[in-house]
Amino acid sequence: MIALALLLAPVAQMQMHDMPGMTMPMPPARPARAKPKPRPKAAPLHKAAPATPAPCPPEHAAMGHCAAAGQPPRIAPAMPDMPGMAMAPAKPAAAATIGTDQPAGDAPPPAPPGDRAAARFYDPAAMAAADRQMRRDHGGMRFGQVMFDLAEVQIRDGRDGLRWDGEGWFGGDRDRLVVKSEGDGRIDRIDRAEVQALYSRAIGPYFDLQAGLRQDVGAASRRSYATIGVEGLAPYWFQVEGALFLSDRGDLLGRVQAYTDQRITQRLILQPRVELNLAAQAVPQDEIAAGLSQAEAGVRLRYEIRREFAPYAGISWEHRRGDGDGAALVLGVRSWF
Amino acid sequence: MFRGGASPSRARDVTHLASGRRDAQMSAMTSPLRPSRRGLLRHAGLGLTAIAVPGWAQRVSSGLAGRPTLAGPDIALTVDHVPATIDGRTGHAISVNGSWPAPLLRLREGQRTRLAVTNRLAEPTSIHWHGLLVPFQMDGVPGISFPGIAPGETFTYEFPVVQSGTYWYHSHSGLQEQMGHYGPIVVDPAGPETVAAEREHVVVLSDHSPLHPHRIFTKLKQQGGYFNYQKQTLAGLIAGRDQSAAERRDWGRMRMDPTDVSDVTGATYTYLVNGHGPQDDWTALFAPGERVRLRVINAAAMTNFNLRIPGLALTVVQADGQYVRPVTVDELQIAVAETYDLIVTPEDRAYTLVAEAWDRSGMARATLTPRPGLTAAVPPLRARPLATMRDMGMGAMSGMAAMPDMPGMTHDAAPMQHGMRDFATAPELPRTPAVQTIAPMPTDRTGEPPQGLADTGHRVLVYRDLVALAANPDTRAPSRQLRIHLTGNMERYMWAFDGVKLNAVTAPIPFRQGERVRVTLVNDTMMAHPIHLHGHFFELVTGHGDHAPRKHTVNVAPGGTVTFDLTADAFGDWAFHCHLLYHMHAGMMQVVSVRPDGAVAGA
Repeated sequence: MIALALLLAPVAQMQMHDMPGMTMPMPPARPARAKPKPRPKAAPLHKAAPATPAPCPPEHAAMGHCAAAGQPPRIAPAMPDMPGMAMAPAKPAAAATIGTDQPAGDAPPPAPPGDRAAARFYDPAAMAAADRQMRRDHGGMRFGQVMFDLAEVQIRDGRDGLRWDGEGWFGGDRDRLVVKSEGDGRIDRIDRAEVQALYSRAIGPYFDLQAGLRQDVGAASRRSYATIGVEGLAPYWFQVEGALFLSDRGDLLGRVQAYTDQRITQRLILQPRVELNLAAQAVPQDEIAAGLSQAEAGVRLRYEIRREFAPYAGISWEHRRGDGDGAALVLGVRSWF
Repeated sequence: MFRGGASPSRARDVTHLASGRRDAQMSAMTSPLRPSRRGLLRHAGLGLTAIAVPGWAQRVSSGLAGRPTLAGPDIALTVDHVPATIDGRTGHAISVNGSWPAPLLRLREGQRTRLAVTNRLAEPTSIHWHGLLVPFQMDGVPGISFPGIAPGETFTYEFPVVQSGTYWYHSHSGLQEQMGHYGPIVVDPAGPETVAAEREHVVVLSDHSPLHPHRIFTKLKQQGGYFNYQKQTLAGLIAGRDQSAAERRDWGRMRMDPTDVSDVTGATYTYLVNGHGPQDDWTALFAPGERVRLRVINAAAMTNFNLRIPGLALTVVQADGQYVRPVTVDELQIAVAETYDLIVTPEDRAYTLVAEAWDRSGMARATLTPRPGLTAAVPPLRARPLATMRDMGMGAMSGMAAMPDMPGMTHDAAPMQHGMRDFATAPELPRTPAVQTIAPMPTDRTGEPPQGLADTGHRVLVYRDLVALAANPDTRAPSRQLRIHLTGNMERYMWAFDGVKLNAVTAPIPFRQGERVRVTLVNDTMMAHPIHLHGHFFELVTGHGDHAPRKHTVNVAPGGTVTFDLTADAFGDWAFHCHLLYHMHAGMMQVVSVRPDGAVAGA
């Protein structure tokens, strides 16, 4: 390691002599510049950097494990900070450390001031208002988004249907109002439909905790539920959701949902998707069986004409306890704004 | 000659400086020109005023000599809207004195200057003099240095010019900078010019989108990868491009996208040279054999550029307006808000100036030619870079791999064994959603070519190449050290210093006036961040002793660290932020306070 540092020592000195178009207005401050000599050819310098091992297996290169082979190593290949080894390539090893080569002390920091410096020059009230505005503008803003991941026609023999699943949010980075809706039915009759209104709070870099109310509004059921759940991005880029619903009759239901976007090209995207609905008990009035009451799995291939507007086609398979299985061809549009 | 930074000659004593005058000039004339915010785009197409292009940015330019520029002790600047036509498409821009890009300010070291800025927008505006050492109350950051300039008002900046070099100015209000509110500043030295050149051109690089910047920001909040159309695909995997399936699995498990280089890309941006798109082809004239000085300024909102002129060697003579020992390269990356002064000596032929966006989703292009009409070949865009394990902050380990014979080190499995969000690595960080990752082993990457430039096959500037021409004004050892983490969350589009966005920050980062502090910026994210400190130059700790390069903006590589020594000699409160506009807007900004020791008191 030390030998390597010494080999690299001439780098900065060589650069000193290379001054086209430059007049030197000052007396040389350091001996290294006192005797200008012709600029050494670059070649020897290149040879002075032997740190790159000749063979670099492609998998290592791809991960950045090897110094790049194509780059003339004019400059020292990066070396990790080694404790106890100062990087001082520009000077002979014996020279005293100066300027930025010196180690730093460990004095304590001062206490932050309690005043606003600009209040000495400008109206303190105007400065306070501008300060608040600045903080709002730099991280404190609110946004919103409404997305229909599913909005489709389901074509199966004899009984075509509609299906939607959407979600909107409004708020800041941590606290949001989330509204969700999903349902299905026939063209002339919406069997199942629900709306959820949730308070959502970021509990980590990827996940939100959500709690609130769910109201069923379809023909099959008009029940109300208290809801708690999580939603977020799981490893391997799976968008996942899980929720518990406690009805006004005391029935407990659950739901797990996941999908991922597999990019085939930049705009052609395959989305596998599953949704499982669970029940702790049977709820005959609502045609809900105990256990796994309903399951849905599908793949949808969409084309993003714009990010916000992507028509799709796919296949969806549904299993409902007591109602049998069935597959459908689905045609829809994924959209958001 | 080499005044600047901490030189004692600076007039910094706040008690001697005139305060800003706020002349409310609500003249009736301005009212009809004050469109509502929502109406701006509509007005743009209607031709409010004919767009004037300032002399320095004329499509075919013979250089700065003989050009009318704004100079002298009194300068009036009026901020307004204009339609701007780029590559044949007309959009909207913010003008200064009726022109876009804004006029060149040419100042002289040692003069005092008064700049009266009138706001004809419907919203507050401001001008920050990027890189100029001015009293804090003249620095132009609303909420920190002054209250801002309200619509219809005129604010007069007044300060001594204590340095020379290439700088620029831009709005620090909202997202106006993205709408073109920027212009170049050239400060001539008080004495003879150190750099000999027969001709000089200003080269202002920028990015322009037909989308309103608030729309861009909203899209990023809704979907962090909205503008990235260079993601890895199944088609790419089958064709053998990009990462292997195993690597994709590993990166997918970590929820990391190696193609996330630039948040806003050529999918919406046109990349500009002096306000001209690649088809408009801004053209700089020269006489063969001349030494031509290019004053390159990166005024983009979100784009680091890889700059080269195929066939010409680039000799860097200044960085951020400060002289450096000349270093000759074939290509350099200029990060957002940096400036580099280059000397080129072209022969009797045309050359293409290529400034590729760092994610290679587009390029800015200009022509250097001895005769108008002559052009050179435009090289195609090179392959976009993919982030590596080093960019995740696995630096030390992957560095070891490059060094043979390290006993006891097996690197292959090691990176995956480190958590990408292990707070034991940085116990000072809060566990907020704004911290998506923590670099497990961040390393100093100032000796490495910037992202995507490791395999160009030619000479690429690295920060360690920069050596100050003159000895640093303050060569004391720092009395203390400070580590600041650059943190973010691409999925939520949150960006912050030390995991806390500016809106949640409760106290400034304090400095004693006159103290020298070693600051290490630790990039815990997988993106580069050009970090700018107002009111100061700092010396990069890159092994050059008392000739450390002095900068106002430094680009911190993904998963890397940058260390600088700072002499906090400028009293006041100062902005400190990532100069990627939407990162700053998302919260990656804090206030730095400089006060005399013992002066801490609630005022």
